[in-house]
Amino acid sequence: MNPTKIGGHEYFHKVVDCQWACPAHTPVPEYIRLIAAGRYSDAYMINWRSNVFPGILGRVCDRPCEPACRRGRVESEPVAICRLKRVAADLKDDIRDSLPRPARRNGKRIACVGAGPASLTVARDLAVLGYQVTVFDNGAAPGGMMRSQIPKFRLPDEVIDEECAYIVDLGVETRYNQWVGSLRDLLAEGWDAVFVGTGAPRGRDAPITGRQEAAKHIHIGIDWLANVAFGHTSRISRRVIVLGGGNTAMDCCRSARRLGGEDVKVIVRSGFEEMKASPWEKEEAIHEGIPILNMRVPKEFRHDNGKLTGVLFEIVRAEYDAKGRRSLIPTGEPDEFHECDEVLVAIGQENAFPWIEKDLGLEFDKWDMPVLNEKTLQSTLPKVFFGGDAALGPKNIITAAAQGHEAAISIDLFCRGKKLDDRLPPEFNLVSQKMGIHEWSYDNQVSEEERKKVPVKALEKTLKDIKLELEMGFDPLMACSEAERCLNCDVQTVFSGKLCIECDACVDICPTECITFTANGEEDELRGRLKAPARNRDQALYVSDALKTSRVMVKDENVCLHCGMCAERCPTGAWDMQKFFLQCAEAGAEAKRT
Amino acid sequence: MTYLAKPKLLRADAPRNAVGYTRRDYEGAISTLCAGCGHDSISAAVVQACFDLDIEPHRVAKLSGIGCSSKTPDYFLGASHGFNTTHGRMPSVLTGAALANRDLIYLGVSGDGDSASIGIAQFAHAMRRGVNMTYICENNGVYGLTKGQFSATADKGSKSKRGVVNNDTPIDLVALALQLGASYVARSFSGDKEQLIPLIKGALRHRGPAFIDVISPCVTFNNHAGSTKSYDYVREHNDAVNRLDFILPRDKIEASYPAGSLRRIVQHDGSILHLRKLDTDYDPSDRVGAMNHLQERQALGEIVTGLLYVDSGAVDLHRHLNTVEKPLNQLGDAYLCPGSKALDALNASLR
Repeated sequence: MNPTKIGGHEYFHKVVDCQWACPAHTPVPEYIRLIAAGRYSDAYMINWRSNVFPGILGRVCDRPCEPACRRGRVESEPVAICRLKRVAADLKDDIRDSLPRPARRNGKRIACVGAGPASLTVARDLAVLGYQVTVFDNGAAPGGMMRSQIPKFRLPDEVIDEECAYIVDLGVETRYNQWVGSLRDLLAEGWDAVFVGTGAPRGRDAPITGRQEAAKHIHIGIDWLANVAFGHTSRISRRVIVLGGGNTAMDCCRSARRLGGEDVKVIVRSGFEEMKASPWEKEEAIHEGIPILNMRVPKEFRHDNGKLTGVLFEIVRAEYDAKGRRSLIPTGEPDEFHECDEVLVAIGQENAFPWIEKDLGLEFDKWDMPVLNEKTLQSTLPKVFFGGDAALGPKNIITAAAQGHEAAISIDLFCRGKKLDDRLPPEFNLVSQKMGIHEWSYDNQVSEEERKKVPVKALEKTLKDIKLELEMGFDPLMACSEAERCLNCDVQTVFSGKLCIECDACVDICPTECITFTANGEEDELRGRLKAPARNRDQALYVSDALKTSRVMVKDENVCLHCGMCAERCPTGAWDMQKFFLQCAEAGAEAKRT
Repeated sequence: MTYLAKPKLLRADAPRNAVGYTRRDYEGAISTLCAGCGHDSISAAVVQACFDLDIEPHRVAKLSGIGCSSKTPDYFLGASHGFNTTHGRMPSVLTGAALANRDLIYLGVSGDGDSASIGIAQFAHAMRRGVNMTYICENNGVYGLTKGQFSATADKGSKSKRGVVNNDTPIDLVALALQLGASYVARSFSGDKEQLIPLIKGALRHRGPAFIDVISPCVTFNNHAGSTKSYDYVREHNDAVNRLDFILPRDKIEASYPAGSLRRIVQHDGSILHLRKLDTDYDPSDRVGAMNHLQERQALGEIVTGLLYVDSGAVDLHRHLNTVEKPLNQLGDAYLCPGSKALDALNASLR
């Protein structure tokens, strides 16, 4: 193999699995260390810069970081990264003085359609630079689906209010209760750029027999959730079936449980494991006494003169073809009938752009999605940019924030008349953490504590009050203990072959047998003959230049604990522990002069 | 040296051997030796060898004397029996233990000071008596614990870290062991585990005195230009006569070797030593030839390594003394102390 190129940011960024997995590339280990040190406000600000909504995401993020967490590969469970973010938000001081001050107005006017996470991110990034940003939303308050679809027992309004206010207070103009009905009219107002962050507002329906007749008792999940959120709906019947297996289905069933649903069931087409809902959301639903029945396809809504009596399901099994595509095959067992009084349909969301005229030059593809440059998020109408669920289909809040940042960079470049491809690489830094012979400026003792469970309020109480937040968040001691579980993957093991005397001290001490000195070879073959075979191909091998004995040092990054023992044992300082800090470039960033 | 204990976290795919242990289960306390010490590599090689041989840690007795090397048994096989003797007295304590209980595997760890100076008589007699043991000498040519004075194995003409030249003739423990009747004699280098681990495995499964001289650079006091026991010097002057593959009876032999390049030796317990010849004329069953070869190459400034001599049909001390098979602690009082009548009968037979 060729020697690993550690000069740029790519290699070491990938070693920080959580940061790599985060769409907004939040510097996770850095803020976790700050939490362990009790510096909650600093931890919050690192988050705020990267993901804009730390308090919100600390409660409801999809957490792509956690399945990626290295801790999950050396122990059973990853670090509770998401809930630690909430700790930073809960325990911080007043951070308003740390927020950036907007630059002088530059005279450019930007319209953001929708006040969800993507639009607000664009507004924040551009307002700071001096743009006059105006946000339109048909609701009465900012937040978009974060406010309308996520139940309050998971995400209280105060948290949304606080974090949206940080953005609005940067001088963003808001036009609530205003429905943008025509892009043509909007463009005619002479905006320098328009950002579309309207989400995926249409819930998919289940057009099967009986749907029309029993319509009164069948609701589209996201619409029903919005009605609950805004207090239009406060009751549901005793027996409820929720169709669907995503996080919306989980929110529906848990909300139903709190509004009088005593016999609430989730019934899903796919297998339990393949459900789109995050594992922890499924767990929480089950914890609240909601059974999840899988491998059942709804066939018919049965009713008695328009009064719903139940749903008929066909029982299926999954079969996969050679390409791994799934098809659901009826097992031939008799159909199953489940009685119920109301049904919530949460089987997916779709984009809808009825307000965008088709003759504006803004192209749509065959799925009725806008044709975009995936990197710049610019549409075929150069002035119009997209982000969030409206751009590339429904994802999650953190993706919306990440796309918001990208769109803001594009809009800034566009307004300054620059090429949109002229984007800056992330800023990064690599600094030795050595303080003394055995002293490092990070806590390199690996905690053997298990993952902490977030304390919750008693079910009897929370099932009675839909606005009562279920989770209480970690207290400072639990937070510190959980933070210490972080392996500090951003503190990199940096090897300099010129100093190495090949004494094997690092090989002998490494607790997880990551390091091998051996003859070089092709990757496949080399992976097989390391001290511990490197079977996880997603994780890189760090290969040095040829050493004195013509062998190379090969380190398997997979289960490195970043404990620094290799560096402590190295007699010549060939190993060093260096902190890698990376932040994505922001809108308006200028290339550093070197 | 490191202050922190090694984290207990294991990789999920950590292999287990036939007796159910992971490699980590053969480790001991965290080493307090200098960072980069060759001795730590030897400890790691012992860990690997015992793991590979499916040895249960509690079936091993590790004994040592005094010195950096003699501290190392604390750093491997934490679940084994151990005895830290007075300086240079490891061989006699080990001999006593071996006579009392032949069921354990005896591993003596010593250094050049402990074996070639204060304990040279003990070393010599353990070898000539044929004690069934593995004797590892961690040889760095200096007294590391007392700040790097030359030891008795330092080569004539080599320079200390402060520039002093050694004028004394070195003691070659390998030559002594060959002369004194050790039945498995090897030399290796702490920086070459591929060579060292199979040599330790072969020694642990050998019946009779097995001696391995392991050159182990002292990074603090003997790893400079002018030293003949530095990493660089040993790598440059290493003259391996063969490469050993140690094969357990249950293992399949997969590699194929060109004719004439391989010597196959079956030990008494059925384990196989595959010696890949690097020096085609070298014969590891020829004791006198081995001694000659050693002297010739040493005169050229080369360090001969590999399995230098092995007698797979060797007989050990227990055979010489016709000792009882059972360990003494399992014999019971009546057998160990048969009473005055038996004593009277014995005395009468000698009158």
